[in-house]
Amino acid sequence: MLRYTAQRLLLVIPTLIAVAILVFFLVRVLPGDPVEVKLIGEFGDVNPELIYKERKRLGLEDPLHIQFVNFMVGLPQGDMGISLVTERPLTEEIGARITISIELAFFATLLSVIIAFPLGTAAALYRGTWFDYVIRIITIGGLAVPSFWFGMLIIMALLATVGKLPSLDTAGLFEDPMANLYTLFWPALSVGYRYSSVIARMLRSSILEVLAEDYIRTARAKGLYERIVIVKHGMRNALLPTVTVVGLEFAFLIGGLVVTEQVFNINGIGKMFVEAVQFNDMTMLQGLVLIVATSFVLINLLVDLLYAALDPRIRYQA
Amino acid sequence: MTVSAPTENEPKAEITASPEQLKAERPSRRTLFDFIKQQPLGTIGFLIIVILFISAIFAPDVAPYDPEEVDFMASPALGGGAPGPEHLLGGDAFGRDILSRLIFGARTALSIGFFSAFIGCSIGAIIGIVSAFAGGKVDILVQRGIDLLLSFPIIILAILVIAIVPKNVVFGIDINVIIAISIPFIPKCARVIRSAALSIVTLAYVDAAKAAGYRGSRIVFRHILPNVVAPYLILITAYIGQAILLEASLSFLGLGVVEPTPSWGLMLAGVNSDYYITAPWMIVFPGLAVTLAVFAFNLLGDSLRDWLDPKLKL
Repeated sequence: MLRYTAQRLLLVIPTLIAVAILVFFLVRVLPGDPVEVKLIGEFGDVNPELIYKERKRLGLEDPLHIQFVNFMVGLPQGDMGISLVTERPLTEEIGARITISIELAFFATLLSVIIAFPLGTAAALYRGTWFDYVIRIITIGGLAVPSFWFGMLIIMALLATVGKLPSLDTAGLFEDPMANLYTLFWPALSVGYRYSSVIARMLRSSILEVLAEDYIRTARAKGLYERIVIVKHGMRNALLPTVTVVGLEFAFLIGGLVVTEQVFNINGIGKMFVEAVQFNDMTMLQGLVLIVATSFVLINLLVDLLYAALDPRIRYQA
Repeated sequence: MTVSAPTENEPKAEITASPEQLKAERPSRRTLFDFIKQQPLGTIGFLIIVILFISAIFAPDVAPYDPEEVDFMASPALGGGAPGPEHLLGGDAFGRDILSRLIFGARTALSIGFFSAFIGCSIGAIIGIVSAFAGGKVDILVQRGIDLLLSFPIIILAILVIAIVPKNVVFGIDINVIIAISIPFIPKCARVIRSAALSIVTLAYVDAAKAAGYRGSRIVFRHILPNVVAPYLILITAYIGQAILLEASLSFLGLGVVEPTPSWGLMLAGVNSDYYITAPWMIVFPGLAVTLAVFAFNLLGDSLRDWLDPKLKL
């Protein structure tokens, strides 16, 4: 396992470096001059000399290779540069807003797993009954319903019943956990509906696949309790593909945050990302994409390691 | 390179089955009728898609109003616009007929959905086949590139492309939105098609064709391509639904299609918080349209997979 972990870790480093290089060059081909846009926004009409001076001050007039070296040297030290709009360090800007997004992402994942496991298992065990059909309709719906629309429907239902939305500036998670979780419950449900549907569908089909195996018949023939057959022999093996899906769908979840934060007006990095595009904040966009891509790569690594821990065949093959 | 004819000493394949038996064993041609019989859910999806296509093509004839016609008396801001005989699905903030905007919006959704899925899957398929057929260093290099692109969540990559590609509308279709949506599909399709092509490349008849000295292009077109058509079609169908969802999300964020083009996502973007209670029809119907379209393509995609290639894992 140690060898496998080391191998996978070594593979991650070049991927991360390549991601950083790609992001650096991608944002540099953005059309329009962010400095010009900013100055025109502030002073109306501006002359080219002022734009040049401002660009020089922000380091944008340096040759590309110098900018690139500065960027790559700064990264390992946690320095991602400054925002072109607010001129504050990106680590500070993003740091202030990333906590709520991370919290929302993990809460949504937890909620999805809690919803998906009983649904997926029940659908598999009661296959072909009306119960299975109802669950299948719910989960197929989850794949088709846009998360932002689902969020809007939730807001509509809350306004119609309770008359107000949970206030979003409540205490932090550690100060008042219940109030905090209640606030995030609805956005987490909105972004997690699709997630839970995918997990439930995967779990259903892998349980069905496993239950058709010979060793399940053997376990039953031995006279084991059905509960033990299903939990110890069935679920354990059906969990493998499900774990992969939980990891892979996390990427969709991050994407879902971009729209859900907009609907529920949550000041997280999803909303920040859309603002960075709208304000042409090149460095902010660079920092955010880098953070999202890095977290995605690391989560994939975690899933691979978990998978290898659950299934010894994977690490022997590697 | 020349291939010698088999000599007397070489074993020959013996034909043991009669022509009648061979005919009976040959898989029967699968027709649309078989699909309808075997895949009822897929047929429902297909029917919904046909209805959407017809209403998109004949939008000016089907829609009761001009989608851009402003009628302030039908605006919820002035207390009007509720669904009724005049406006079946109600009016939006400017009093424009929602049903007509939905029908014209189908044009945007389907054209962007179809073109992005087609472009993304086709480029992905070409990359996948080349990677599988070339093998060796080319394959490794392409796979690392695909890994790299896959480390960006779809919507993040799409928004990044939107920011880079200048806005460009041709025949009322937003080309930049199509490019932005198709790029995230390329690595996903390339991966699936590569694995489908790889299973063919290792087969004996491809080796035989190589040994017979046929050019790479002939092997690709005659032996590999026909075998990846099924996963390719399944991918396109599944990704049209994804693309419609993505277009709606981008337009909702104000980064996709812009006014006055009718788009389902854009219709939801224009909803003021006051209308959540006073004009719920402005929220319910556009979202239902997106859901129905994506649902139909998902059903058709799933059924096509079961019908054409049950072993394919997508």
